[in-house]
Amino acid sequence: MFRDFYNTLKEFVRTFGAFQLFFLRLLQHSPSIFVKRFRLVVKQVYNAGALSLVIIMVCGFFIGGVLGLQGYSNLARFNAEDSVGAFAALALVKELGPVITALLFAGRAGTALASEIGLMKATDQLSAMEMMAVNPIRRVLVPRFLGGVISMPLLAAVFSTIGLLGAHVVSVNLLGVDAGAFWIQMQQSLDISDINEGIIKSVVFGIVASLLAVWEGYNAVPTAEGVGRATTRTVVNTAIAVLIFDFMITAFML
Amino acid sequence: MTMDAPSDHLIEIRGLAYAHGARPIFKDLNLTIQRGKITAIMGPSGTGKTTLLRLITRQLIPDRGVIFVDGVDISMLNQTNLYKMRRRFGVLFQNGALLTDLSVFENVAFPLREHTRLTNRLIRHVVLTKLHAVGLRGAADMMPVQLSGGMERRVALARAMVMDPDILIYDEPFVGLDPISMGVIVRLVRRMNDALGISSILVSHDLQEISTVADCSFLISDGKVAASGSPAELNQTSSELVKQFMHGMADGPVAFHFEAPDYEEQLLGRDAE
Ligand SMILES: Nc1ncnc2c1ncn2[C@@H]1O[C@H](COP(=O)(O)OP(=O)(O)OP(=O)(O)O)[C@@H](O)[C@H]1O
Ligand SMILES: [Mg+2]
Repeated sequence: MFRDFYNTLKEFVRTFGAFQLFFLRLLQHSPSIFVKRFRLVVKQVYNAGALSLVIIMVCGFFIGGVLGLQGYSNLARFNAEDSVGAFAALALVKELGPVITALLFAGRAGTALASEIGLMKATDQLSAMEMMAVNPIRRVLVPRFLGGVISMPLLAAVFSTIGLLGAHVVSVNLLGVDAGAFWIQMQQSLDISDINEGIIKSVVFGIVASLLAVWEGYNAVPTAEGVGRATTRTVVNTAIAVLIFDFMITAFML
Repeated sequence: MTMDAPSDHLIEIRGLAYAHGARPIFKDLNLTIQRGKITAIMGPSGTGKTTLLRLITRQLIPDRGVIFVDGVDISMLNQTNLYKMRRRFGVLFQNGALLTDLSVFENVAFPLREHTRLTNRLIRHVVLTKLHAVGLRGAADMMPVQLSGGMERRVALARAMVMDPDILIYDEPFVGLDPISMGVIVRLVRRMNDALGISSILVSHDLQEISTVADCSFLISDGKVAASGSPAELNQTSSELVKQFMHGMADGPVAFHFEAPDYEEQLLGRDAE
């Protein structure tokens, strides 16, 4: 019993150490890849970012729509339905934009990254690179990591913008809130610090989600089953990590 | 660290021991590979031929023993020097291991793009020449998934040759090739070796091809070198084990079956109780 606990703890410490080392190695190669092999990064921004756009926009629109409905009906109790724009903007920019984008990113791009890398490992492609004296961490993982880190804030911004559009359509066009009030209340209540909070969150989530995806793929057991498990773990671990970091950043920025 | 080994010893393996987990693969392996020759590594399936290639290129680290490449103990190399050493090797993997997100052309061009600053025109020239040598110049724009197994291996061969390595390692190059491509590839291996002064290491089960192409061969069994010499010498040998392998007999010192519980007992289900 004690022995089991000890072994689990030892394993955990070892994995965590390896994880930190892995992160440092990604960071170590990031600047030179970013400068010298920018094209590889662009391709991954396309894979992780551009290909996630549709799902981000659809979800953003409906989340914004829900905020419009909820905001309208709840604020109407205080005769404050004109503030629905401010309500939706604050919720989207500070909280829902970064968090939901990160969760969608994990499901859309994170799984793709983890399974792609896991499969490359299972089919000896990473060994083949090693043998051609090409460091797979540098050539394969770093561009994918950077692509994710760059995409996330952009996707979160798109999500929030489309969300506002959704809120506008629902509250102004359908429920009859005054358009001028909608925008003015929003402008007055939204601070630059709110936007900064959203940006900081989406950058942190971008690092977390991309890091976990490439880590799981790179450490996948090189079989079909192992790659499947790595994909699942990517989504689950990203969701947990994002929500924990969200709490910590929010508390810190209060 | 250098050794005063005679310079025609390209690779020297001394007292090598390696285990995959708890399963020992090599116990005390000694073997020397000569420069400029084609050396064949043979052995029953599962004896660790692929593992040996991975040890020579330091994808795996031995538990005991040393491996010298050109007199340098490869366990002493740091990453930069390891990569420098690996650039001298061209490796054909047992399963091809092409990069699936790149076209055939880009797969072959990959090492050039990573390691050289050649112009696109020059890269195109080199790549098409190598693809032509394996008969696949016409497949340059295809993706790896569109290739058959044999074609994939030929592309992988072109990629292994593209940096003009000093040492070519082929893991089962003849598997899945039709007789025509087989003949072409055998001649290609021979020609590369003789014309370019390359040293080749060839893993194969194909005794007939080995005897036409190899200068020297090692038969590995049970974690050791069981026999070595030219294919003709091996054919003449009196050792039971070698005879069994060379003549493809099921009975003899080499067990055809992987270690398993008694057949009859397992089938009659005493095992399950
Ligand atoms: N990753 C691994 N983990 C555990 N055992 C392994 C692993 N890879 C190989 N082995 C074991 O090591 C032994 C040698 O494997 P290896 O691939 O080197 O054989 P081989 O001689 O190349 O066989 P073949 O001719 O069939 O390709 C096998 O018995 C296999 O069970
Ligand atoms: Mg093998």
